[in-house]
Amino acid sequence: MTNAASANPARDVPVLVAENLVKTYEVPGGLFSKGGTVRAVTDVSLSLAPHRTIAVVGESGSGKSTLGRMLALIEGPTAGHLSIDGNDVTDVEGHRLKELRRSVQMVFQNPYGSLNPRQTIRKTLEEPLLVNTTKSADQRRAEALDMLSRVGLRPEFADRYPHMFSGGQRQRIAIARALMLRPKIIVLDEPVSALDVSVRAQVLNLLADLQEEFGLAYVFVSHDLSVVRHIADEVMVLYLGRVVEKASKDEIFADPRHPYTRALLSATPVADPTRRHERIVLSGELPSPFAPPPGCVFNPRCPIAFDRCRIDRPQQIVDGGHLTACHAVEAAAAG
Amino acid sequence: MSLLEIENLTVEFETRSGGLFRAVDGISLKVEPSEIVSVVGESGSGKSVAMLAVMGLLPKTAHVRADRLTFQGENLLGLAPAARRRLVGKDIAMIFQEPMSSLNPCFTVGFQIGEALKTHLGLGRAERRARSIELLEQVGIPSAESRLSAFPHQLSGGMSQRVMIAMAISCSPKLLIADEPSTALDVTIQAQILDLLVRLRDETGMALVLITHDMGVVAETAERVVVQYAGRQVEQATTFDLFRDPHHPYTAALLAALPERATDKRLPAIGGMVPGQWDRLAGCVFAPRCGVATDLCHTVPPTRAAAELGFALCHTPLVDGRPLAPRHPSAGNGIEGVTA
Repeated sequence: MTNAASANPARDVPVLVAENLVKTYEVPGGLFSKGGTVRAVTDVSLSLAPHRTIAVVGESGSGKSTLGRMLALIEGPTAGHLSIDGNDVTDVEGHRLKELRRSVQMVFQNPYGSLNPRQTIRKTLEEPLLVNTTKSADQRRAEALDMLSRVGLRPEFADRYPHMFSGGQRQRIAIARALMLRPKIIVLDEPVSALDVSVRAQVLNLLADLQEEFGLAYVFVSHDLSVVRHIADEVMVLYLGRVVEKASKDEIFADPRHPYTRALLSATPVADPTRRHERIVLSGELPSPFAPPPGCVFNPRCPIAFDRCRIDRPQQIVDGGHLTACHAVEAAAAG
Repeated sequence: MSLLEIENLTVEFETRSGGLFRAVDGISLKVEPSEIVSVVGESGSGKSVAMLAVMGLLPKTAHVRADRLTFQGENLLGLAPAARRRLVGKDIAMIFQEPMSSLNPCFTVGFQIGEALKTHLGLGRAERRARSIELLEQVGIPSAESRLSAFPHQLSGGMSQRVMIAMAISCSPKLLIADEPSTALDVTIQAQILDLLVRLRDETGMALVLITHDMGVVAETAERVVVQYAGRQVEQATTFDLFRDPHHPYTAALLAALPERATDKRLPAIGGMVPGQWDRLAGCVFAPRCGVATDLCHTVPPTRAAAELGFALCHTPLVDGRPLAPRHPSAGNGIEGVTA
């Protein structure tokens, strides 16, 4: 697949480019608490070409879902630039924004909550067309039925309600809905973490098939590294809203450089009882985003932190396409 | 004598339409002291219900039957409610998947840990306080003394699960049932919680039954595995044997569907889905999804294979990935001597 991609120049032109995205939330003070500013995402940059998948990995509170929502144009960034298909969307509003939104769609984690229980599946699938296009009712209906069969569901299911489907089938419906407007990019926010192993494999295969068929670019937000390893081309690891490491999938899994990435990899259980490995168990938990620690945000939990980590914030260093933000990695590369 | 012996456990629920829904169908399991046994299965496989039956925590609509259900030789099914309450929470303890919702939001952590100590051990106020601090330190909660007055909403998910574990081990149970203890938590926190459970087992010699759907957790934690599918126990083996050479086609397919075992861009998924409440089938419950099912599988329920074949509930157990010739239905069944 990589060879095919380099042969076709259209495949190498990124459809999604994000530069230094920042998202902050103002939290109002309450009766007992002082207000403050949460920096949910800080300085995240990425670019994504068609047929490619970038995985965004991190623990809860790492800002991975906020990033997903910004990329899906659900929320505007506080600072930074975002362009989709060559169009800058940062300051676009109104009609133009609505048009651009058609090229990015989103699939959510919980297929039980993301489908309207009072709408039939056909209505759910037709709605994007009704809102965004001038297609006739017959056309909408035909397209909905067509999409249903493409995601592996029988067209007879069209007039059923969401509660009549299992979790895996619902996730297929959610994916079908996202595809109705023929988007170029799909943001998948933990699309398989609510599913059982056997169903998870079916949905992952479906995603791979659809990517091939429609040339989709995926932003795959996940905390499950075994799934990421299977589906991603590139991996970005977030910690407290900052990119700590970004590289191709092979690089990340073969040569993880940031101590957080290493800990994350070693903490992921592997289904192989013969493999005895040293687990790096991180002490403590994610610090409060209201008061990120000075220096490197990871330093309170880092097993190899030294004095500089507690004072200076590490810069993002790129070494042959492998980005890391860590003083220890920087020192090792320099010396 | 085993610590916990379950033989042919069946749990049925009354349904609104008047029928009975069989959630657990003929489960057998023996747990020895200081052993880690894992019960694996997808949602709807009855893994939680079976263990709730052991705890006696099922609602009145549940009908629990078993040929044998004993803890330390004592019959759990014939036990009077008061006697059962003395046992549950003391010698058998359980922790649940959702740590945030299993703590009572109205009481402090200290009060909730102290409750079990007061009921089961009859400790006084000062002793309870001292023991609670000791327990919180044992499960790795920093500044334990000040945490006693914290309310559950002030704790993170990992902290709440630690508090749940502290409550569960407060009376030094002989058996701890952990129902998906780390599923709702992040991987780094999951690693901490699993390490903690294994460490507690090593220190106190309690047995641990770990209910999970995550094969990775099983491989890294458990010594023995029970695989359940649609309420039935389809295979039982040591962790090493199960991963090396799964004998039931469902186990084999489940392992093959794991992304980390995949070699191809497409995963060998199991087609179809778990049979629902009303499609109980004549033959093997896995037959509609099974890659090696024969006509026999669709019509005749399988019997259990021998211990060296993981007690696989299958007409044609796999050996090195290839199905054996079907056995005669009257051939011996291996339910006896489950602890091979």
